[in-house]
Amino acid sequence: MDDLFNSFMNGPDEKGRFGNYGGRFVSETLMPLILELEEQYEISKTDQSFWDEMNFLWKHYVGRPSPLYHAERLTEHLGGAKIYLKRDELNHTGAHKINNVLGQIILARRMGKTRIIAETGAGQHGVATATVCAKFGLKCVVYMGAHDVERQKPNVFRMRLLGAEVIPVTSGRGTLKDAMNDALRDWVTNVRDTFYCIGTVAGPHPYPAMVRDFQAIIGKEAKEQMFEAEGRLPDTLIAAIGGGSNAMGLFYPFLDDKDVNIIGVEAGGKGVNAKMEHCASLTGGRPGVLHGNRTYLLQDDDGQILEGFSISAGLDYPGIGPEHAWLHDIGRAQYVSITDKEALEAFTLCCDKEGIIPALEPSHALAHVMKIAPELPKDHLICMNMCGRGDKDIFTVAKYLGFDMD
Amino acid sequence: MTRIDAKFADLKAEGKKAFVAYVMAGDPDYDTSLELVKGLPGAGVDVIELGVPFTDPMADGETIQLAGQRALAGGMTLDRTLSIARTFRENDNTTPIVLMGYYNPIYSRGVDKFLVQAKEAGIDGLIIVDLPPEEDEELCIPAQKAGLNFIRLATPTTDDKRLPKVLQNTSGFVYYVSITGITGAGEAQPADVAPEVARIKAQTDLPVIVGFGIKTPEASQGIAAVADGCVVGSAIVAELAKGKPVNEVLAFVKTLSDGAHRA
Repeated sequence: MDDLFNSFMNGPDEKGRFGNYGGRFVSETLMPLILELEEQYEISKTDQSFWDEMNFLWKHYVGRPSPLYHAERLTEHLGGAKIYLKRDELNHTGAHKINNVLGQIILARRMGKTRIIAETGAGQHGVATATVCAKFGLKCVVYMGAHDVERQKPNVFRMRLLGAEVIPVTSGRGTLKDAMNDALRDWVTNVRDTFYCIGTVAGPHPYPAMVRDFQAIIGKEAKEQMFEAEGRLPDTLIAAIGGGSNAMGLFYPFLDDKDVNIIGVEAGGKGVNAKMEHCASLTGGRPGVLHGNRTYLLQDDDGQILEGFSISAGLDYPGIGPEHAWLHDIGRAQYVSITDKEALEAFTLCCDKEGIIPALEPSHALAHVMKIAPELPKDHLICMNMCGRGDKDIFTVAKYLGFDMD
Repeated sequence: MTRIDAKFADLKAEGKKAFVAYVMAGDPDYDTSLELVKGLPGAGVDVIELGVPFTDPMADGETIQLAGQRALAGGMTLDRTLSIARTFRENDNTTPIVLMGYYNPIYSRGVDKFLVQAKEAGIDGLIIVDLPPEEDEELCIPAQKAGLNFIRLATPTTDDKRLPKVLQNTSGFVYYVSITGITGAGEAQPADVAPEVARIKAQTDLPVIVGFGIKTPEASQGIAAVADGCVVGSAIVAELAKGKPVNEVLAFVKTLSDGAHRA
């Protein structure tokens, strides 16, 4: 067979499917909007002026390229594989989220949309969206679960400082999935002027592909930087997964490099067990349809969606991007889970050994690095995505470590 | 010919508009819900839309979301929803029942298994909000093959170019969504709805029924007058949510159906 047909990088197909996953499971009111978005994205994707604008802002506003950093003391401490961290936590707003937001907002402007809506869990995507909207003078409305508004107060204040309206979502159980439901309800009501800026590689086609394409800058840079540092490809890629956008961004440019091991790390919460106190959709869920796409979901026997549980609000989503679901089924990527306790150990180790306070999301990825690195040879190259910084998490961590912040 | 086709043929012969009522299966509990459903034909309801509770009803406003949560909290399941229909059929073999809801509970059951069970329970049609024509092979085509109507939503954003695609595999009737928005919000305006209904009728012989934003007997009459009938859901569910007994809710439904039937 021709190499092109063996590529893992051709998805999605014209129906927005990665294998059997993805698709466009939305109400008729939204369908014409999604088709228009797809059309406009296809045009912009091949328009050099679109990418010129992106590249300029990535460089001067976001601060790209982010460094690929050899974590020397961590490597020494674990005593095995050579560990590199892709420093996307150094981006403006403190996480990888802005890579994608910038792309969608530039697209929204080209489409003549004047009002931007977004959902947010931990608040990082909300902050990134509020930031770029402030920069361009666009109206911004962020839906956030009432429970998350309570536990992520600093990010709520940041969004408000940036001029965004933050709407606490009390419908359902007031979590990230409910925030996404309410954002969809807003979109279905305000169809003419509103652009829905989704924060992860999920939702109806073309979102999973579009968000991946904007986040793929992470993997493209990492590949070049690794060649510069080591003259070759990394052996293993590791990234944390909630919806899966930072992971997809790192993985995508390496999918056809068949010797590169790819590992996604889901939030195991209190442990992946029958009690569902976790957010590991791939390791603990099964295929279903929610929020416009078919993917692995946490659900009960009757197809009702369950709430996830994780110490990390950014991983607290009962689904996962459809491309990950496909990569899981075909075995191109491996997916594992890490518990809250393991993530906290990685968090403190990273502070101690590298002087980097990681977000709780990449702390999950780091915890898996800690598990596998000691058993690997010293010339084995690991590239882990440090997708966010931990400033937002210090209150949560303080509570677990028994510090009194009041 | 399904019960839906037969019902609309009868209404046409009588020169009457259709009144469609939506209730959530299992709200607030199984027994009350069954009693309400059993009383609907007597309250002038021509077609029953039976809501299937789902945790994440993205196209619904607060009234129907909360009804679904109450039902789920009371132990409602897909099986028990079908059981309401089956029990209803013991005494009524003509009033059509359309299941309305979201795809995941059906996908989770397995489409083929679900269709056999739905048919056996006396279900006549399906309205599945998150299955646009682009996903027809999922459920729409298998459902038609199994002898169930698949009723599609047409909306204000469905332009003339797209309308044929929406109508292509639709059967039973066309459900026109009067507003851009969610259930229970806004107010359907006959002057806005009339040209839209005409636009759809120019491309199909199916009855066009209008729903969303109809809350009073006057609105029911006004909208039914410019279409083949109308649907009321949230306003009925809201009466039940106030804790009113079933006979009072049915009395309210009767005022709505009288409105539509006057049109």
